Amino acid sequence: MTMTTIDNTDVSLPEGGLVYRHRLSTRIWHWINALTLLIMLMSGLMIFNAHPRLYWGDYGANADPAWLEIGSGGGEGYLRIGSLTVETTGVLGLWHDGNGTLRSRAFPGWATIPSYYSLSMGRLWHLTFAWVFALGIVAYGVWSWLNRHIERDLLPSKTEIHPSHIWDDVKKHARLDFPKGEAALNYNILQKLAYLGVLGVLIPVAILTGLTMSPAMNASWPWLLDIFGGRQSARSIHFIVAWLLVGFFLVHIAMVVLAGPLNEIRSMITGRYRLPPENAEVKAEEKDA
Amino acid sequence: MTKDTISRRRLLKIAGVTGSALLLPGCDRLSRSPTFREVVLSSGEKLAYRVQRLLGVNPLAREYEPEDMSPSFRTNGNTMPAAAEYRRHLETNFADWRLDVGGAVKKPASFSLADMKAMPARSQITRHDCVEGWSAIGKWTGVPLGAILDRVELEPDARFIVFHCADDFRGTNYYESIDLVDAFHPQTILAYGMNDGELPVGHGAPVRLRVERQLGYKQAKFVMRIEAVESLSAVGGGKGGYWEDSNGYEWYAGI
Repeated sequence: MTMTTIDNTDVSLPEGGLVYRHRLSTRIWHWINALTLLIMLMSGLMIFNAHPRLYWGDYGANADPAWLEIGSGGGEGYLRIGSLTVETTGVLGLWHDGNGTLRSRAFPGWATIPSYYSLSMGRLWHLTFAWVFALGIVAYGVWSWLNRHIERDLLPSKTEIHPSHIWDDVKKHARLDFPKGEAALNYNILQKLAYLGVLGVLIPVAILTGLTMSPAMNASWPWLLDIFGGRQSARSIHFIVAWLLVGFFLVHIAMVVLAGPLNEIRSMITGRYRLPPENAEVKAEEKDA
Repeated sequence: MTKDTISRRRLLKIAGVTGSALLLPGCDRLSRSPTFREVVLSSGEKLAYRVQRLLGVNPLAREYEPEDMSPSFRTNGNTMPAAAEYRRHLETNFADWRLDVGGAVKKPASFSLADMKAMPARSQITRHDCVEGWSAIGKWTGVPLGAILDRVELEPDARFIVFHCADDFRGTNYYESIDLVDAFHPQTILAYGMNDGELPVGHGAPVRLRVERQLGYKQAKFVMRIEAVESLSAVGGGKGGYWEDSNGYEWYAGI
């Protein structure tokens, strides 16, 4: 079986054959990130549970108006965003833990690390794995810039960024018409924009808003407070970005499932990816099955 | 293909269920393991402490304008110490209250409230950040801790400053500690005034610590005695503070 790497485009690719798509460093980084992001999210929800209210500006405490609040009252759990209140009994604000005990914390035990209420433990997990996460992304950024991965694979070309091309790709995605053959080896424009949005915007903002909540960082880097509009704004943005990353994760998983989960997962474990066949007959066969 | 689809669905389900089933109890077990805590989970705090000290020893916390202040500054922790001695001081408006400063110092001394108010004062409008996540901005007036420590002259081997407080949690008096970098930081003060008035009891009268680059639980209230020590191992449970010893909070609360 012929093996080839994604950058050796002059090598003729075997139709429907296995190609080497992801380097070992990429694969290790991907799975460390998957685990670390999950730990960051779940320990972050534990930290949120300690004060389940969000504010804008520099200060914000119980007597100040919160734009988001998860709480309970009158035997019901609720999520309040602005003037909108949604009853969330059983999931948010008021829920039963694994032992059947009724708890009035914001996020339920199955979504937090640890599953029992402990702000100090949530912080230890969050603030330790933050280093793994942040150093990983910085190393990735430097490495990918040096080996031209960003320039070669992630930055859109002039034709790709043209609105008509983007719209074309949106329509293809809507029809679940994914790239076939060699085209599947390159990221499509929506994929590029999603990855750039996550790597270039969401994750850096998550890290910087996290640092903005540190009183010592505020003293060393006071500009953090200025760019995010105060510590409580930074806390709100941090929370929003966390859910945008969850949104990315859900779309990412949906795309993996739609594009062929075994092939996609294999490529992220062994590095080897089977090219989706271009042959229309094969496609028709698949549809019939 | 049909068979394949089912197996994919089953695979995903199995992966999802086992994933969350393994992760959560796994994290809970690891959280309860003292070794994992000491070796892995405390590394974030240690790194943050070193890196934040590297970034600068003396940058000031942001000071705000009067119009930036919180309309109401909530209290938390203990708001009224139960100790009889404290109650007596409160009744006499702390007239014969003394702050004892000792330990690894050359000239142990005690300061009355009047002594402290006679020293050069510092006022600052700063943000108080609770470990829970809320913030409040208020104005604090007091004497720089560094000025008190200069009077008593630290022994060369003194490395930490410990604050012993009048309030207690289930019979254990509150205590906290900071390193000498924070102790001599220009904004680290023993505050006897708040928002242009006397320091209210709920906020730690007669004197509370303000250490502006750390979280709320480091801001010891109702300070009765200050002690310079070489090591934190003999203080309380050895981790340097009440919440550190009782609940596993980080000693360094700069983040």
